[in-house]
Amino acid sequence: MTQTGSAAPADRRRRRAHVPRYAVLVVTSILFFAPVAYMAAASLAPASRTLAGFEVFDPREWGLHNYTGVASSLSSDSTGHLWRFFFVSFTVTVSVVGLGLVVNSMAAFALSRLSWRGRNLVLLGILLLLIVPFEAVAVPMFYLYNDARNTLWIQIAPFIGNALSIFLFYSFFSGIPRSIDEAARMDGAGPLRVFWQIIAPMSKPAYASVAVLTFLTQWGAFLWPVLMISEPNLRPLPLQISVFAGQLPPAWGEVMAFGVLLVVPVVVVFLVFQRWFIEGVASSAVKG
Amino acid sequence: MTTTPGLAAPASAPEDVPVAPPRRGLRRDGLAGPLMAGPAVLLLVLFVAVPFFAAVGFSFYNVRLGDPRDPTFMGLTQYARIFTDPDVSSRFLSALLHNLVFAAVVVPVQTALALALAMLVQKSIPGIGIFRSVYFLPVVFPIALVALIWRLILARGDDGLLNALLGFFSGGAFGGQDWLGSELTALASVIVLSIWQGVGFQMVILLAALQQVPADLYEAARLDRANAWQRFVHVTLPGINTTLVFVALYTMILSLRVFDQIYVLARSGGGLNEDATRTVMFEAVTSAFDENNIGRASAISVVFFVIVVVLSLVQRRATRERED
Repeated sequence: MTQTGSAAPADRRRRRAHVPRYAVLVVTSILFFAPVAYMAAASLAPASRTLAGFEVFDPREWGLHNYTGVASSLSSDSTGHLWRFFFVSFTVTVSVVGLGLVVNSMAAFALSRLSWRGRNLVLLGILLLLIVPFEAVAVPMFYLYNDARNTLWIQIAPFIGNALSIFLFYSFFSGIPRSIDEAARMDGAGPLRVFWQIIAPMSKPAYASVAVLTFLTQWGAFLWPVLMISEPNLRPLPLQISVFAGQLPPAWGEVMAFGVLLVVPVVVVFLVFQRWFIEGVASSAVKG
Repeated sequence: MTTTPGLAAPASAPEDVPVAPPRRGLRRDGLAGPLMAGPAVLLLVLFVAVPFFAAVGFSFYNVRLGDPRDPTFMGLTQYARIFTDPDVSSRFLSALLHNLVFAAVVVPVQTALALALAMLVQKSIPGIGIFRSVYFLPVVFPIALVALIWRLILARGDDGLLNALLGFFSGGAFGGQDWLGSELTALASVIVLSIWQGVGFQMVILLAALQQVPADLYEAARLDRANAWQRFVHVTLPGINTTLVFVALYTMILSLRVFDQIYVLARSGGGLNEDATRTVMFEAVTSAFDENNIGRASAISVVFFVIVVVLSLVQRRATRERED
């Protein structure tokens, strides 16, 4: 009894000390969340309220008509089908993330653990490629791979091999003591087995980080699809929403409904794997 | 390098073990290395190295897509044009200027805001996870969507949310701004929406750095009666210096790459003032796409790359100096 009696005022004092911090947190959160709230409200409001100041937030007029509207607007071959845009974005993102994890971590293992002719040269080459942003090669690639326009594979293949991913894996693998895999090598395990059964399972954080970083860039990919995709049924979501918004007259309520549909899968993935998002982003700074 | 294991293995092996197994191991290694690195290396060659050298090559020719004539060699004419030919250079140089203004504003503002947010959410008090998520949430939004949301918020007249808010608080005296269309505010609007989308990323990087600063340094500073500002200047800043430099220069390179939001706002009914906001990448894409001038677009890409490399080298040097 006496203990709780003396603890309570201290607790209250500590909580009171946090009040200014909470006030700042709440105000900035409202500012940060306002555009998201606006998108959600505009997706529910009737067309006459989308661009009418605060009236968009009047819940008495909210309904799901924009969602049914976008589904029926995007349901022919000339406009592309709504499900197809999700299919394209999903296929491209999953392929790039999945294949990228395998290919880049394997290369990083070969560079950090195996000795072979030309290894140092390849390592140097990858460090040099690290500073070539995709934007610098987008235009020549648009010309070189013009025959592959309007295909699914050209949205995937260029982004599987990734110098930054290799570098992140390489840094992580180099931090694992060599004695661990050397012991396995002594027992007769081949390089592939050492990689698959020892190094890869120990490197789950690195895999999670690279997966998150690749996922974030790939789901929002815009520049490459703008250059390469004109066929409606092969458009990924970010390209399609910009095409949809460019129609005249623009149906902004439906555009915002499309936006909500586009972002809900990512937000769900983010909320479920939040820890990995945070650690993945934080680890991208190892370069510094 | 390849001989090292061969030399080392027999020396470390017990004498009664034949030399054969390590050598077999080496031969297996010799093939396993290139095979495991092969797929990634091949993809990087096809989709980064070859296009990169192609960009340099194309920039010396008047390459056009679907042109039946062979491209003719022009030497450095494309480069001379983008910098000095008034028809082309006015657009390119203004694009370069917009990138530099963008970087000059976004780098300090976004880094400072990210640091402020990181310090705000650093203390693990109840409910802090929710606030961290809210600040990070826009990072998972594709920038194309972000541009469209803000296009509506910034809509001109009294239609837009921002104008309605300003009109409400100023009693109708202020409002009706054409944020995206006006020459004065177009670039500033793009900057605001870009910071909103990107600041959470930098916040998370800086938060991780803040948590690495040893707590006893703060304790010692407190015992020395350092106030909050002194603790920030003498403990926090030195502790996260390397990360801060990384974040600032990373943001600078992102500022040079800006394209998506400009393209969406200019081309998808955004009413964006194109002349006040075009960026180098926007110029490269429109040269290639709208004018079918691959040669000039390649020259722009090469110039873009040189700027990125120069800034990356500055980053390396700055980071290394801090570490010494």
